[in-house]
Amino acid sequence: MAGTHPVAFKLNGKTVAVEVEARELLIYTLREKLAHTGPHIGCETSHCGACTVDCNGMSVKSCTVLTVQCGGAEVLTVEGLERGGALHALQQAFHEQHGLQCGYCTPGMLMRAYRLLQENPKPSEQEIRYGMAGNLCRCTGYQNIVKAVQAAARKLAAAPAAA
Amino acid sequence: MIPAAFEYYAPGSIGEAVSLLARLGGESKLLAGGHSLLPMMKLRFAQPAHLIDLNRIADLRGIREERGELVIGAMTTEAELIASSFVRNKVPLLAEGAGSIADPQVRYRGTIGGDISHGDPGNDHPALMLALDASFVLTGPRGQRTLKSDGYFLGLYETQLAADEILTHIRIPIPAAGSGWSYQKLKRKTGDFATAAAAVLLQMKGGSVARVAIALTNAGPTALRARAAEAALTGKPLDEASLGEAARLAMSICNPTPDQRGDVAYKTAMCGEMTRRALQAAAARVRP
Repeated sequence: MAGTHPVAFKLNGKTVAVEVEARELLIYTLREKLAHTGPHIGCETSHCGACTVDCNGMSVKSCTVLTVQCGGAEVLTVEGLERGGALHALQQAFHEQHGLQCGYCTPGMLMRAYRLLQENPKPSEQEIRYGMAGNLCRCTGYQNIVKAVQAAARKLAAAPAAA
Repeated sequence: MIPAAFEYYAPGSIGEAVSLLARLGGESKLLAGGHSLLPMMKLRFAQPAHLIDLNRIADLRGIREERGELVIGAMTTEAELIASSFVRNKVPLLAEGAGSIADPQVRYRGTIGGDISHGDPGNDHPALMLALDASFVLTGPRGQRTLKSDGYFLGLYETQLAADEILTHIRIPIPAAGSGWSYQKLKRKTGDFATAAAAVLLQMKGGSVARVAIALTNAGPTALRARAAEAALTGKPLDEASLGEAARLAMSICNPTPDQRGDVAYKTAMCGEMTRRALQAAAARVRP
């Protein structure tokens, strides 16, 4: 195998260590080496955002980051959103507001919405649409995604411990 | 959609990066935010043998004020520019321009230095830099040199940056207090490159234009400064006649590449329209 690099980082709070070629993208490491198939590969051209994860407090398209760049990073995927077996407020809101149909974009939507609400806990509809502009959906027309984010924002504002 | 194999380096200092670049030569590429380069590598349009990652170099980040200029580390991300109160208060044109780039995820990684250095005429920072009369600090094995943005952009994927140099800082003269500013960007859809865009910096005096800078994005092989339009406006009030003339003169320097965003006539007309809107929006922001 071509030269590999050891890379260790935190994935949903747990330290993981992998051995990767420099050219391995984070999305492939997450899905294939670490069996976290939450983040999806949607477009191959860095447009759709279905691969979005949270890395060091930032929303990142994991298809456009090399795993070797992530040494020491704190990475969150949709698998890490649950709270003690219960759905995160965002997940619950997407369910209740019907913010998904096929579900393919949903992990990316959830991870971006998660960071958006950390950046701006009370976003307006316009701020949600601008703030989620890196996540494309072919099914829903976005209306219910916006409603889900708004509902989650209200819920989290009322009970901040759930964030 | 996986890049060809390459050797990866993550230097911790500018000096180390310069040494690596000198040693590894023409088959190496610098990795900044990676959101122009990595997509090209995934398509195998670019296949560098070596990648020198600049993300670990602390000296390439940070925004400070120095003798009437804003000095910005080249690895400062778009998100950092937008969040910076320095930038929002002193050079709001830059914050507005950065906010129009791509999408939130790209802005968390994409850097001002990478955007400038890539040489894609669709990138937004070159026109912003031209309108702001910015300068670029380049560091190489023979030391540092500072080049003006005017004349820096040579063509498609080509700037004055030498193969053994790294863009380390961007210097922007702080616009006079009360200046008007606007970046108007026409896009087919969210996150797209500009169909046409215009950056304007404007100072008025006694109801007439005292100073104006107009620069265009994606209107040619590089960002363009619309100097004839600027000259025609100087000393004149901003009215239908002068705006129309400025738009016409801005359009006269356009040489856009026809593509899915539009043919030459459409893109040129939209440059005129973005120029007009940027001038109007800038005028509304002027403070006496």
